[in-house]
Amino acid sequence: MSEVMGNNAVSEKQVVAEVQKLGKTYHVGGSDLHVLQDIDLTFERGEYLAIMGPSGSGKSTLLNLLGCLDRPSRGAYYLGGQDVSHMDDNELSAVRSERIGFVFQSYNLIAQLNVIENIEIPLFYQRVDAAESEKRARELAELVGLSHRLHHRPMQLSGGQQQRVAIARALVSKPLIILADEPTGNLDSESGAEILELLDGLQQQGTTLIVVTHDRDVAMRAHRIIHLLDGRVEKIEHNGHKENH
Amino acid sequence: MVPPSSWLEKVACRWMLPQGTLRPEREVQGLTDGYTRMKLHNMYRILKLGAKSLWAHRLRSMLTTLGIVFGVCSVIAMLAIGEGASKFAQDQIARLGSHNIIITTVKPPESANASESQQGIVEYGLTYDDVQRLRDTIEDIDVLVPLRRINQNALYRNRRVPVEVVGTSPNYTDIVPMKTLQGRFISDQDMDYQQSVCVIDSGVYDALFVFDEPLGQFVRIASDYYRVVGVVAADAGITTNDAAEQGTAVEESDTTGGVAGSVYIPLSAARSRFGDTEFQGGSSGFSAEKVELQQITVKVLGVESRESLMERVVAVRDMIDAVLARWHEKKDYQIVVPLELLRQAQKTQAVFSIVLGSIASISLLVGGIGIMNIMLASVSERTREIGIRRALGARKRDIVVQFLTETVLLTTIGGILGIILGAIIPMLVSHFGNMPTVITYSSLVLSFAISAAVGVIFGLYPAYRAANMDPVEALRHE
Repeated sequence: MSEVMGNNAVSEKQVVAEVQKLGKTYHVGGSDLHVLQDIDLTFERGEYLAIMGPSGSGKSTLLNLLGCLDRPSRGAYYLGGQDVSHMDDNELSAVRSERIGFVFQSYNLIAQLNVIENIEIPLFYQRVDAAESEKRARELAELVGLSHRLHHRPMQLSGGQQQRVAIARALVSKPLIILADEPTGNLDSESGAEILELLDGLQQQGTTLIVVTHDRDVAMRAHRIIHLLDGRVEKIEHNGHKENH
Repeated sequence: MVPPSSWLEKVACRWMLPQGTLRPEREVQGLTDGYTRMKLHNMYRILKLGAKSLWAHRLRSMLTTLGIVFGVCSVIAMLAIGEGASKFAQDQIARLGSHNIIITTVKPPESANASESQQGIVEYGLTYDDVQRLRDTIEDIDVLVPLRRINQNALYRNRRVPVEVVGTSPNYTDIVPMKTLQGRFISDQDMDYQQSVCVIDSGVYDALFVFDEPLGQFVRIASDYYRVVGVVAADAGITTNDAAEQGTAVEESDTTGGVAGSVYIPLSAARSRFGDTEFQGGSSGFSAEKVELQQITVKVLGVESRESLMERVVAVRDMIDAVLARWHEKKDYQIVVPLELLRQAQKTQAVFSIVLGSIASISLLVGGIGIMNIMLASVSERTREIGIRRALGARKRDIVVQFLTETVLLTTIGGILGIILGAIIPMLVSHFGNMPTVITYSSLVLSFAISAAVGVIFGLYPAYRAANMDPVEALRHE
């Protein structure tokens, strides 16, 4: 399963991203701190994954590596058929804007921009022209149910609405994977449930979704739950039944 | 949107397009429709984005801009005032004539002729013989005009005004271009026959002739009557008084204060009517001065280029000095070359401009540092925004462009406001301070260019700092 890459047309399971022997080491005060070691994971198209683990287990680091915000110390990371682990800063920026969508716990919208403009940001850095990008931003705003709030600023929206804008922004460049870091962490249970519904819907349309969470209820919606402990994959839960790694 | 010219688009594309663009090789999901190349339109969006960020901090942006506004404004205003002052001086000098050499009588120091003054008559100054000698010895002289000035009262009917009587030759008009309002100037015949005719200037005309037309009327000066043959425009008198700030002393008798204007009479008439000796009664007895001529103005032959004119004027000046020195032991004359004064004034002006300009530039520099300071604060305040943008695909270069755009926007707006203010201040100075000012286009262009450059220079470091933040750290920043 781990060598399914490239033009495997036969497989109905299309591999979108894969990490092999991924490791990250920080040099702190002269000693090496191994934050992640030997991570092997494969993400298929349309899959819904949750990453869980206690603080310090390496969740954030793994998310940063998967999001191409950071480069691994060891191992390879294939995203959409290309090894991105040795790309330079400019190339990684392009990868982020075209293949990855981010949803953050604190929404991370830009305060001085309105809803449409916030959604357009990734397209702006892809140099998509203004008319086209506005058209797509409008479509997505409609998809997340905010078509009546297009010219509002983030401060004028509720937390749930802001997170929906963030999801629209993550989807606007039709990314391969969406990385959500505690997407419901700042929300009350009602709007949190709405957001989770929305994410479920996306996943059913074929987007790969990776959610990092502490919340067992959130994780239970995923096909697989990856448990991290001390920088290693502790176990992978498959849709309810456990499986040792 | 107007389609941009192709070369401009090409340049913009080369500059803006990332090396690591992935879209063309993308295979997994076909998404070819969305990718369009960078267009100039994006520049507009970048500007709009910058303006939006600045607008979000209106007060701060405004205060920051003030530094540049005053910097630019002071550069322009200072240069305008400096330029105006020097232009005023240069105009004054230029009025004396660039081809002219002015020789004036100077009263020698008292101590040198103490013994003579006890005898009652002090004798000094330029003489009629000097005129003849200069005319005979120096070839390059085109026109030579002797001048005698006497302060007297002019009377017409019941009116009486103090005037300056100028005895001169008919070719006076060759040296001082005069506008004849009525009649004519003194003629050769007047000169030869010592005619009692006079030409009055408009100042005297206004003072004496309220109801009558002056031509043909007789004006009494001292004990003689002079027939008015012409009226000329005032302010045409040629004296070195105007150049007094250049350190030139002029003879004492030439007091312009309280004089209504000039009355020109033939020099020959002046000599025969007034003589050469002037008596002055005082409490300690009386003194007399014998001065034949107050001034001789020499115009050298014309030359094509300015450089050789300068050479010739200086050469003639030296010759005049040599000729006169033999006959004037007491050094009772002085030679002024307006062209030299002009050169000097221009040199002074250049130095003046540099000094004023650099003082003003320092304020621009201070403004620039203020901008850098604010931009650095803004960068650290917006760390999270930078992190978000980086996560969503902004390259380092995009961040640099974003922050640089903001700084340059600030300074160019400041520059434009500064230019407007800098143009108004000299006008106010001219209007209320009664001081001439000249706003040069070069100072406008210069200060605007400097303010834009200040934006780039002082914006680069903050922008660089912003671009080189670690996106992971920046996202975590609260």
